[in-house]
Amino acid sequence: MDRQEQIRAYIVDNFLLGQDDGFGNTDSLLGSGVVDSTGVLEVVGFLEKTFSIQLSDEDLVPENLDTIQNMAAFVGRKLAGPGAAAETAP
Amino acid sequence: MMVFVHDFLKESARRQPDKPYLLCDRKVHTFGRIDQDSDRVACALQRSSIARGDRVAVFMENSAELVASVFGILKAGTVFVVINPTTKSKKLAYILSDCGVRALIAQSRLARVVEPALAEAPSVQTVLWVGDPPADARPGRTFAQVLAEPHQPPADPGLIDQDLCTIIYTSGSTGNPKGVMLTHRNMTNTAWAISTYIGNVPDDVVVCVLPLSFDYGLYQVINGARVGFTVLLEHSFAYPYKVLQDMAEHRVTGLPGVPTIFATLLQMAPFDGVDLSSLRYMTNTAAAFPPAHIRRLQELFPQAEIFSMYGLTECTRVCYLDPARLEDKITSVGKAMPNEEVYIVDDQGQRVGPNVVGELVIRGANVMRGYWGKPEETAKRLREGDIPGEKVLYSGDYFRMDEEGFLYFIGRKDDIFKCKGEKISPKEIEHVLYELDAVAEAAVIGVDDPIDGSAIKAFVVLRDGAGLTEQDIRHHCRANLENYMVPKFVEIRDSLPKTESGKIKKTALAK
Repeated sequence: MDRQEQIRAYIVDNFLLGQDDGFGNTDSLLGSGVVDSTGVLEVVGFLEKTFSIQLSDEDLVPENLDTIQNMAAFVGRKLAGPGAAAETAP
Repeated sequence: MMVFVHDFLKESARRQPDKPYLLCDRKVHTFGRIDQDSDRVACALQRSSIARGDRVAVFMENSAELVASVFGILKAGTVFVVINPTTKSKKLAYILSDCGVRALIAQSRLARVVEPALAEAPSVQTVLWVGDPPADARPGRTFAQVLAEPHQPPADPGLIDQDLCTIIYTSGSTGNPKGVMLTHRNMTNTAWAISTYIGNVPDDVVVCVLPLSFDYGLYQVINGARVGFTVLLEHSFAYPYKVLQDMAEHRVTGLPGVPTIFATLLQMAPFDGVDLSSLRYMTNTAAAFPPAHIRRLQELFPQAEIFSMYGLTECTRVCYLDPARLEDKITSVGKAMPNEEVYIVDDQGQRVGPNVVGELVIRGANVMRGYWGKPEETAKRLREGDIPGEKVLYSGDYFRMDEEGFLYFIGRKDDIFKCKGEKISPKEIEHVLYELDAVAEAAVIGVDDPIDGSAIKAFVVLRDGAGLTEQDIRHHCRANLENYMVPKFVEIRDSLPKTESGKIKKTALAK
């Protein structure tokens, strides 16, 4: 499973009650009511644990976390280390 | 005289059409633009079979479309019902049916929640989709098409200020949410009172991270229209750093928050590289403001005034503490706001003296008309006052008042508690838990939480042989409750402590 699929599986399992009903990888998680502010923190916990990364306050922005695709790309950048060029979704 | 809430917007748009009213999603929406857009929404409603006094619901996240809808609904002579966008289908259907909503303005991103609800809510005749309508939607115009129409003023619906302006749903101790009815008179009075004591001016830029389904959020937008200030409208506080950056960029002067927001803010201090020196005031309501947090905020923002306040949906706001008295009255929520009287009564309804604990009673133009379609529930809260025929509001909250008239919150008469500033009805969550066949007993309480004040904890006893996990239970809650109502903790137990009469003893669970 690649990163994006892994993140998608987590979102579907935890926020869409296991029903993968065609929620898009570029759909806003917050805007569509799938995840709320508490959910964002759960998602952060999942990303930190699963990909062994550390998120700072500055990382907690929608550009990094509000869609499945953004999350996958963000994790990619994080794993590549500081200063790494932006990586698109794997 | 500005008689109606929508007069606020009309007047500001006349005075300063090109001034930014809303900053949202990196777009600027002027007073003139929102005024005209709301005229278009009103015309569209009037062209459909909507009549004066009908209820029109709005189901979307904070956005310029939401604000244009609210004012458009009012201009059409109809009553707006803003529903929290994390509401699930079943409850959405309940609300739509409860107050007989005739038209719904909904974000198409929420279609998977809306469509099942519409099947259960036959009163809804018209749906106006914001965004591309779902494939199987009934034919009709979209919000974008309505906004693209040539501008014309809506027909005068012939309202008076006693007409209903909004119905706001609030959790009740019985489990079913109740629709608080507020008139134009209620809301114009409350908007004047709040913006007066805060001292809002047209130069203010107020950030709103609260949902507009929450009256505290809604009033930021209404007061923005009234005073003519700019509102930085955020979707939520889910991404605090982004909000702080936006606040710095737009030189925000006012931050209305709830304790969870301020607790998060304090954790993020000292805000490296984010200049919040423009902040002139902060307000807190919805749950008690811990004095330690007030003191730390004072240190971080020495230039900002801090307003500690208290209110309830049934009258919007009750009181505020004058920032000048913060030093000596830090645990108080202050005194009544302008044009309102409050007093404390004993169980017989007799007024009590200083420092005696009793129920807080509110008298004023801010007091609701009642709960929609619930005369018995209304009669419990709206009772005879001293003047024949006048109704005063029994708050359901215990308070004491000191010799100088400052109010101190003591606790609630029922088991409702606040989490993240939202009212939590244990009954409502327990009802949802009992929908699971495997659940034999369920009890929900609030437990202490450093960020949220109280966190929701559910205790569940399973039927023999049931193989339900905590995760299954949380999934079920997520599917049926607004996100903020989903228990943070779920504990499966073999049994729950009981009173002698066999009721679940919640005080024992709290230990």
